[in-house]
Amino acid sequence: MAEFALPKNSQITGGKTWPKPVGATEVREFKVYRWNPDDGKNPSVDTYYVDVNDCGPMVLDGLIWIKNHIDPSLTFRRSCREGVCGSCAMNIDGQNTLACTKSMHDVKDGAVKINPLPHQPVVKDLVPDLTNFYAQYASIEPWLKTTSPTPQKEWRQSHEDREKLDGLYECILCACCSTSCPSYWWNSQRYLGPAALLQANRWVKDSRDEATGERLDNLEDPFRLYRCHTIMNCAKACPKGLNPAEAIAELKLKLVERQI
Amino acid sequence: MSDARAKSMRTPLGRVRNLGAAHSGTSDFWRQRITAVAMTLLIVPVVVVVIMLLGRNQAGAAQILGSLPIALIMLLFVIASCWHMKIGMQVVIEDYVHSEPLKLVAIMANNFFAVTVALASIYALIKLSTGV
Repeated sequence: MAEFALPKNSQITGGKTWPKPVGATEVREFKVYRWNPDDGKNPSVDTYYVDVNDCGPMVLDGLIWIKNHIDPSLTFRRSCREGVCGSCAMNIDGQNTLACTKSMHDVKDGAVKINPLPHQPVVKDLVPDLTNFYAQYASIEPWLKTTSPTPQKEWRQSHEDREKLDGLYECILCACCSTSCPSYWWNSQRYLGPAALLQANRWVKDSRDEATGERLDNLEDPFRLYRCHTIMNCAKACPKGLNPAEAIAELKLKLVERQI
Repeated sequence: MSDARAKSMRTPLGRVRNLGAAHSGTSDFWRQRITAVAMTLLIVPVVVVVIMLLGRNQAGAAQILGSLPIALIMLLFVIASCWHMKIGMQVVIEDYVHSEPLKLVAIMANNFFAVTVALASIYALIKLSTGV
C-alpha cells in the first residue's frame, strides 16, 4: 500500500536549540530539519536564531548566515540566489519553494520551518536525492528531434509558434512541483510527475520538432501520464508561476485528439 | 523507493523506462469523461423517475418503467454509472495498492463487481418494464 507514515528510521526526534547570537537586537527563529547519514541517528529539527539585522531578507540568506556564524555542518544546495538555478528548492513553512526568492518576513507567526523537499530520499539535512527526478526528465528526451536534413542555418520558427512555448520553457527543474504532488508521492517510480510532463509538453508543442507522435507514444501510459488527477498542488507550488497541471491537460487532450 | 529498487544496480534511466509505455490509458480517460457527461445529463430525469416511483407498488412501478423513454433513461444511467464506477475505482486501486498480486486481484474483483451490479440492474429493469 501507499506509505502514509514515515519509516521508523525517518521519524523526527528532538533537536538541538542553539544559543541566540550575542548582541543581536532582533532575531528570527529558524527550525531546520537535520539528518546525517554518518551518525546513525534519526532526523531531528534544530532551532537557530538568526540576527536579522546582520543578514539579507531571504530564507536562503538566513541559512547562509546560520552556516557562517553558528553551525558550519548545516548542509543545503544553493547557487544563483536569484531564482534561476533551482538548487535551493526546499519546503519552507509547509510550502515547496525556492529559499532564495522566499522572504523570511513572508513567513508569518513564529519560526521559519524548513524541511527538505517531501517524499524524496535525503542525502543530508536539506539535500534531497533527485536521481529519479532527473532520470525522469532524461526519459522524455528533452532535445529537438528531427529527421529532415539539417538546414544550412537554424531551424526556423514563426513568432506565433515560439509564443506557444511561453509558460513551459521557463521551468528550472527545481522539483518543487513534482515533490508537492500526492500522486507523485505514491507512485514516483512510475508516474513521471508534473515537472517532467511539463517539459514533455514543451517538446510536443515545439513546431520545429518532428517526433511529436513518438513523444506522445512514450507518454501514453496509465502511470507515466494518467496518474495526474489535476490536484493542482504543482501549480500552487511552482516558484516560477508556471502551471504544470495545464501542460498535462494539454498532453491528455492531444492524446484524445489523435484517437477520435 | 523500495529497498529492492534502491539496491538494484540498474541505471536510474533504465528504472524509469522499465517495461516501456503501455500505449493505453487514453480510452479509459476519455470514457470516464463521456460517462461523467452522460450521468450529468441523465441525473435529473432519473431523479424525477425515482420520485414518481416513490410509494408505488410493483404493478405501479412496472407501469411507469414500461414506458420506453423512461426504461431507456434508466438503462443508460445504469450503464454509464457502472462504467464510471469501474474506471474510477480502478484509478484508486492503481494509486494506492502497490503490491502487484493484490493489485491484480483488486482490479479483477472491481471488474466483476461492476459487471455484476450492471447486469443485475439491467435484468431488473427489463423484467419490470416488460412485465415478464
